[in-house]
This record gives sequence, structure tokens and C-alpha cells, in this order.
Amino acid sequence: MRFLMIEDSEDLAQSVAERLRLDGHAVDRAGSLAEAEDCLSAAPYDLILLDLSLPDGDGRGFLTRQRRARRDVPIIVMTARAAVSDRVDVLDLGADDYLTKPFDFAELEARCRAVLRRRGGASETVQRFAGFTFNPLTAQLVVAGEARELRNRELRLLEILLAAPERIFSKAQLCDRLFSYAESVSDNAIEVYIARLRKKLEGSGARIDTVRGIGYRLSAQ
Amino acid sequence: MRPRGAISLRARLVLQLLALAAGLAVLLFVTVRTVAGDAAEETLDGVLGAATLAIADELRGGDEGVTVDLPHEAFSILGSISEDRIFYRVAVADATITGYADLAAPAAWAGAAGPSSPEFFTAPFRDTEVRVAAMQRVVLAQGRPVTVTVLVAQTRSGQAAIASRVANRAAGIGLGVFALAAALSILTAGSVLRPINRLAEAVSRRGPQDLRSVDHPSPAELRPLVLALNGFIARLRAALMRTETFITEAAHHIRTPLATVRARAEIALRRAETDEARETLRAVIRAVEESARSASQLLDHATVVYRSDRLAREPVDLAPLLERLAQSVAPTAELKDVTLQVAGTGAAVRVTGDALLIEAALRNLLDNAVKYSPPETEVSLDLAAAEGAACVTVADRGRGLSGSKQADLTRRFARGANVGDVVGSGLGLTIVEEVAAAHGGWFDLTEREGGGTCAQFYLPLA
Amino acid sequence: MRAVLFALGLMLGTITAAAAFEVEEDTAFAATGGAQTAELAVLSTTDTEVLRPVILAYQARNPGIALRYTVANSQQVFAAIADDGAAYDLVISSAMDLQMKLANDGFARPYRSALTDALPKWARWQDLLFAFAQEPVVLIMARAALDGQPPPRTRRELTQLLRDAPDRFMGRIGTYDPETSGAGYLFVTQDARLSDTFWRLAEVMGGLAPQLYDSSAPMIADLQSGRLVLAYNVLGSYAAPRIAGSDALALIELEDHTLTLLRSALVPRNAPAPELGAAFLDFLLGPEGRSLIATEAGLPPINEAALAAQPHLRPIRLDPGLLVYLDALKRRAFLEEWQAALIQP
Repeated sequence: MRFLMIEDSEDLAQSVAERLRLDGHAVDRAGSLAEAEDCLSAAPYDLILLDLSLPDGDGRGFLTRQRRARRDVPIIVMTARAAVSDRVDVLDLGADDYLTKPFDFAELEARCRAVLRRRGGASETVQRFAGFTFNPLTAQLVVAGEARELRNRELRLLEILLAAPERIFSKAQLCDRLFSYAESVSDNAIEVYIARLRKKLEGSGARIDTVRGIGYRLSAQ
Repeated sequence: MRPRGAISLRARLVLQLLALAAGLAVLLFVTVRTVAGDAAEETLDGVLGAATLAIADELRGGDEGVTVDLPHEAFSILGSISEDRIFYRVAVADATITGYADLAAPAAWAGAAGPSSPEFFTAPFRDTEVRVAAMQRVVLAQGRPVTVTVLVAQTRSGQAAIASRVANRAAGIGLGVFALAAALSILTAGSVLRPINRLAEAVSRRGPQDLRSVDHPSPAELRPLVLALNGFIARLRAALMRTETFITEAAHHIRTPLATVRARAEIALRRAETDEARETLRAVIRAVEESARSASQLLDHATVVYRSDRLAREPVDLAPLLERLAQSVAPTAELKDVTLQVAGTGAAVRVTGDALLIEAALRNLLDNAVKYSPPETEVSLDLAAAEGAACVTVADRGRGLSGSKQADLTRRFARGANVGDVVGSGLGLTIVEEVAAAHGGWFDLTEREGGGTCAQFYLPLA
Repeated sequence: MRAVLFALGLMLGTITAAAAFEVEEDTAFAATGGAQTAELAVLSTTDTEVLRPVILAYQARNPGIALRYTVANSQQVFAAIADDGAAYDLVISSAMDLQMKLANDGFARPYRSALTDALPKWARWQDLLFAFAQEPVVLIMARAALDGQPPPRTRRELTQLLRDAPDRFMGRIGTYDPETSGAGYLFVTQDARLSDTFWRLAEVMGGLAPQLYDSSAPMIADLQSGRLVLAYNVLGSYAAPRIAGSDALALIELEDHTLTLLRSALVPRNAPAPELGAAFLDFLLGPEGRSLIATEAGLPPINEAALAAQPHLRPIRLDPGLLVYLDALKRRAFLEEWQAALIQP
């Protein structure tokens, strides 16, 4: 996805952008509303991450202006503000969702997915590999014409493997990305999800190989 | 124990006015009695004097010496004024011509030194006390001028009777005045103190959020109080604003750096090569999550307390509130494949209170439920209304309370015995209970049959 | 020797024991009902016979009380109390002036009861002196002396009558001697005070060689016997029963004014048993006493309504004005004038 992040804290903006790029997203940064306007007029974005306290104005004002101009790029507000009232405020003004810093990147991804799903345009994100089509937004897997629903973790596991086919991901790496840092995860947890995914991929011409002692990889047969 | 100076103003005013009235009444009584007594004595003296003059007018001198033809009217009139005993004496020097020889004239009047018109004095006589009128007149007898002393005396019972009648009447007047004064002073006290009550009423009628200056028209004596009150209000307003500002600033300054740390830690984790490095970074991220959550809870708690003090009282429909809440939490739940089941939001369920505080409390419950639910389980969110109360039930299939009691869990920073591995600050349930209490509702936490926790949040219906 | 001494002692004792004032009657009424518990001593100017029924009735009510009833004339009664300090529990007299002087000069003891309070104001003085009978002072004439003419209605008419028919009345009119009779002095001084025609009447009477009496009894007797045809200033209550039977005498209340005497009682200050005297006084004032006084004693009791109904009746005022005529100089001057009026050259 292509993100526009409007955030004035240089440190934070850089870190978050880098982190998002790790997952394969493209991120443009704007440090002020003026810069944001420049960016918006130059390129299309899938999603805007908006901070509320900016040097040249309140993010709310930007929000209102966007909606009034019917520019409907999805906006997720991220803010360090405390008040509970801010959340409702902001959603009423037209934001699609709201995240409090610091946020869980998995949660961000989930919310982005939800926002995009609500907005429609799901058909544009279909991915193909071997004999299946996969829509990350709708969590739908079509194998040989048959639609198979994926649970959230199965979906995310497939996304990860699909982002780099033939590449080996270690258990540890997969754990980091599937489970929250607070959860204590048993060794078998990954195996369970791999097994489930394998089952759902049966008949698709794709398989998940177990590389003993190293990890797993997705490959086409 | 009453604090000093706590005698009601009204009582104080009334008592002081009564004391004053009593004093005045007594003064009035004494004055009336004295003045009337003096007037009575003057009148009686006048009559006595007239009798004396009448007798003196009947003095005749002649060749045989001084004689007097007592006028009947003199005694008759004296007798008619009051029932007093009467004594008289007509004398030349020490020789009594007629009358009661033991009725004495003042010694100083021997010879021709006495008054020529009646003068009055009180003296003892025989068994009692008498009022005496005395005068002297010169009469020619046997060719020579002779000074005749005429004395007329009267017992004092008449005077005493008048005095006591007057005293009674004066006492009556005094009491009457006192009673009137008492009634008036109670009325006055009430009306004088009314401005104070009106001011108190005006201030108390204000809503909990109203921190405007008091601008009630008040009498001059209350102005210093109103000024002081406005000073307090201004200081309170400033303090509250500072608190609000502090909370906002604190949030920003704590969270932004934490966000940076988390992002960087995740980046580093992705690139980590050794297990050791990975573990360290995972620990760092966990620590950041915990800090963030704690900060959030603390700030939320501060906000709850701040808002509860001046609780807004507005109508809140719980049905759409719950819907929005479920929608907001859904993505987080989805990460664990935990499904949210919402029921009971078809019809409106109205309560009175602060929508934001209620939402904060319910969000806490829902976040808890999702946090402690195992993957691929269900969390149910139920809205019901019965017996004057709205009830929101959040039930999960998590670890349950494992023996901990609700009272223990809702203490600040208390965490359950079985959640050591899950990040949490322990303030969440405290906030829920405080919000419930502030709204006049309550909160129940119970183990669920078959495992898990059931949290029930009650609010009185509007 | 002892006998002589005894006799001497007895004589001396009797002499000293004898009253220093002149007593006319002295009657001891023994207590009824046997044992005597107390003795009530009453000094009075009223004849014993007049009050006997009242006394007996009182004793019937109060068995155990013996009563000693002493009668003297008004001057003697006064002297007994004022000068001698005689020991009596109640003093009754028709001499209002002398009673007033006793009260005024401090010889009376104050007493108050519901009955004394019930007396009209003019019938008592200072809780010291109480009137219990009101008696008109009247003129009594033999009808024969009227000679067919209507009886005189005023003193002026009386004077006219006397002047017109001196023969009828010469030496045959009587009145009290004011020098010796206290009541007589009271009546004439009050007459002189009230009426300007009095001295004229006195002069006319004086020219008719009037008979002067010390007391009522001989005067009434002389009227009854016919020796007198006219008696002036007689106590009606006294005379009325005596002349009741006969039609020969007429009792006339003069219309210009008819003096009304108040017969009064007081409790002396030095009374040995003042409560007994007061109790007897209450009896006189009470309903039984009033009824007995009216019917048995023939004395009209105190009755305000009766006075109101007969305006010619003038009660003599019970007030210190009465003292005026007791004044020595005043008395001397009056009597001189009286003598001058009566004794004609």
C-alpha cells in the first residue's frame, strides 16, 4: 500500500515509515499540512496517516477540508492526545479510524484492512500465485474455483509467505509477525497454523515446505 | 461538636433584638412608672394643697385670738379623691389652736420662717406615713400680727394605689411593647437575611460545569464574600485548565517518544540475527507496550476523576454507543480470531450521564475481555434493561478470575493472580467501578460457568 | 382584820373594775350548747332589745361563743375606745362622725372579707368602717296638729306651718340636744350643711320653746303620750315600731332632703379577740343577718337600689368630711350659733 504520513515529529515519522517499509509498504512523509497538500496533489495514496497536532494547524481542520472537498482517501488519525472525547470528535469529522500512539503495527494493518474493506475497491488487491487467487482484504482464497475462507492468522501467514515465495521464514520470524509480543506462544503454535494453511492450499499447486531446523517456505509445485 | 461561631445568624439577630427590646421595655416600664407616679403625686399634692389653702382662708383673727371655721368641702374633697385618713393642725408657734397636736411642722419653720403657699413633705405620723401640706399665714389678732401654721396631712394609701395601678399598666405596656418587638424582630431577621439565602440559592442552582463568576445583585455587606467566591472560582477554573492542559501535554510527551521506541525496536527485531538479540528486543517491545498502557490508564483515570467531579448529566442512548464500541474494537479482536457477538442494541436504552466516561468504562471491559480471550473464541456484548436499570454484559471464555474477588481486582493497580503473563496496568477495573459509582450504578464481576469471566455494568435508566 | 381587808379589796376592785365610761346596759349572753369556747365583747349604742334576735341567731349558729353586749351613748362609746382603750371586739354606733374619727385616728383594725367587699363604696371606708343599716331621719307629727291640712313636704313648708300656728306648737316640739347627743349634733350639722333653710327653721323652732332630749326613748314616749305634737330629726327605724299601732302620729320624710344615717361597726385595734368581732360583723352583713336586721330589728339593711328609688333620701357620706364638725373650734362656733337660734330673748 501507499501511505502518506502527516507527522511533525521527525524521529517518530522516520521510525514508523521505516517500519512500514519492512512490510513492503510505500510511505511518503509530510511534516506539515502545507507539505501534505503538496504530496496529495502530486501522487495518489491508498491511505493517509494523520497526526492532529501539526506546526501549521490542527489536523482536524485538514480532515474537515478533505471531506468537504470530497477527497475520499481513507484517513486514519494517529495521535498522542489523551481525551476520550477526541476519538468521537475525529470520527464525526470524517476520519475512518483512530489509533493512539504508540500503536501495535499489526493493529494498524488490521485497521487499514478494515477501512479499505469498508471503502470497497477490494477487487483491485487480488494476488495470484500458482493455482490460487487471494484477496487479502476479503480474506478470500479461491482454489480451483472454490472459495475458501481464511481465518485472520491464516490470512496473515499466507500474506507473509506470499510476499517472498521460495524464501525461508524461520519459526521465530513468523511468530513475531503473527502473535502479539505480549502473548506467550508455544512452539507448536506456528505448526498448527501452517498445517491449517496447507490444508486450505490443497489442490492449488502451491505448497508450504518445511525446511528442517530453519523454517518454512511457500513454493509452487 | 459545633464549630465556633456557628449560631445561626437568624437566631443571633433575633436574640439580640429581643435583648434590646427587653431592655427598652424595662426602661419604658421604669420611666412610665416614675413619670406617672410623679404626676399622680403632683395631683394629689395639688388637692392637698387646695384643702390647706381652703382652711387657711378661713383663718380669722379677732379680739379673742385666732379662730378657724373649717370648711367642710376641704375634707370632703380629700375624702373623695382617695380613701385616706386625714389629719390637720392649726397652730400659732407651738400652741395648737385646733386639730391633732402631734402633727409636727418642720422645726425650721418656727416663728415666721415657713412658706406662704403650701409646701409638701412626707413624714411619719403615729402608726403610719403621711404626706403633709404646710403653709403659714399672718393674721391680725388682738391688734398684733400673728403667724399661723396650717398643716394638712393624708395617709399614703391613695398614692400607693395609684402607683400600683400605674405600675401594672406600665408593666402591661412594657410587655405589649416587648411582644410586638419580638414579633417584628423575627420578621425583620427573616427579611434581612433573605439576601443571603437568595445568594446561596443562586450559586447552588448552577450546573456542575458552571464556573462563571457570580454576578448576583447582592447588598454591600455580602460583596466581599461574593468577591472572595469569584476569586475562588477563578482560581479553580485556572487549576482545572492547568489540569486539563497537563493531562493533554503529559499524554503527548509520554506517548510520542514511546511510539518512536516501539517502531525502532520492531525494526531492529526484524533484522535481529541471534536469539538473544531477539529476546531482548521482544522484551523491549513488551516494556514499551506496558508503559503505553499504563500511561493510557493513568491518563484515563485522571480524566475520569476530573470529569466525575463535574459530572455532565445528558441523555445517552447505550444502543448506538455499544454498536460503535464493538465496531471500534473489532479489528483488534480479529487479530486473534476472537468474534464479537453484540445483542440487545435493537431498541434504544436511555440513561443520564457522561457519554464519554461510560464509553471509556465499557471500552475497558471490552478490551479486557478480548485481551484475556484465547484465540478463536467468542466475546459476547449484551445490552438489556430491567427494573429501572440498564445492564451491559461483557462475557468471555478466558481464564476467569481463578479465585480472586471483585473487590481485590478493582483496587488500583491490582491484577489477577492468573494474568502475570499478560500486559496490563491494573487500573482498568478501577476506572469501570468509579464510572459506575459516579453515575449511581454498579459493577459486578463473576466467574462464568464453563470458564471465563462475566462483567456486568449497571446504570440507572433515565 | 382579814375580812375588813378583803372587803376593802373587793370594794376597791369593784371601783376600779367599774367601767370608766358610763354604761347604760350590760348583758351577758351565755354560750348555747354548753361549753363556752370564746367570749365576744360588743360595745354598742343600739338598745339590747333591738339586736337581741340577731345575737341569739348568731349564737345559734355558733354554739360555744358567749357574747357580752354593752350599751352606752355615742359619746361614751367614743370615749371608751379613744380615751380608755376599753377591750371590745366590735364597736357598733349610729354616730357616724365619732366612728369616722375612731377609724381616722387609728383606733380601728382593717378587715376584709367577701361580704365587706360586696358592700357599696359609700357604705364602707378603707376596710376600717362598715355600715350595716341605712336609716332615714324623719319628722314625726301628731295628725291632730295638722288640723286637716296636708303634712309639710319641705322644711320651708314646715317653717311656714310653725310660724303660722305657734299656739299649736308652743312648748310641744322636740328634738335632740346637739350638745349632749352625738346623733343629734350629727343631724343638725348635716342639716345646716345641706339646707339653707335650716337656720330659719331653727330660729322658728327656737321661738317655740322646744324640748331638747338626750336620747330617742323619752322623746318618743312624749310623742306617744301627746306631750309633744312634733319631733324633728328622729330615727325613723326607731320610731316606726313604736308608733305603728296608732294612727295618731304621722311619720314624714321631708322631700327637700331626708338624711339617711348609716349605722356602722368597726373592729378596734386593741380588740382581745378581733377574729370574733370580724365574724360577727360578717354575720351582720350576710344574708341571714340582713334578713334578721330588717325583720326583727326593724333596721333597713344596706340597699343601694332603695336609695336610687327614693332620691330624697340623702345618705350621710361616710368620709373624713365628718371630722370637720368634730373640730373643737367648729363645734364651739356651731353650738354658739345654735344656742343663739334657740334661746330667744
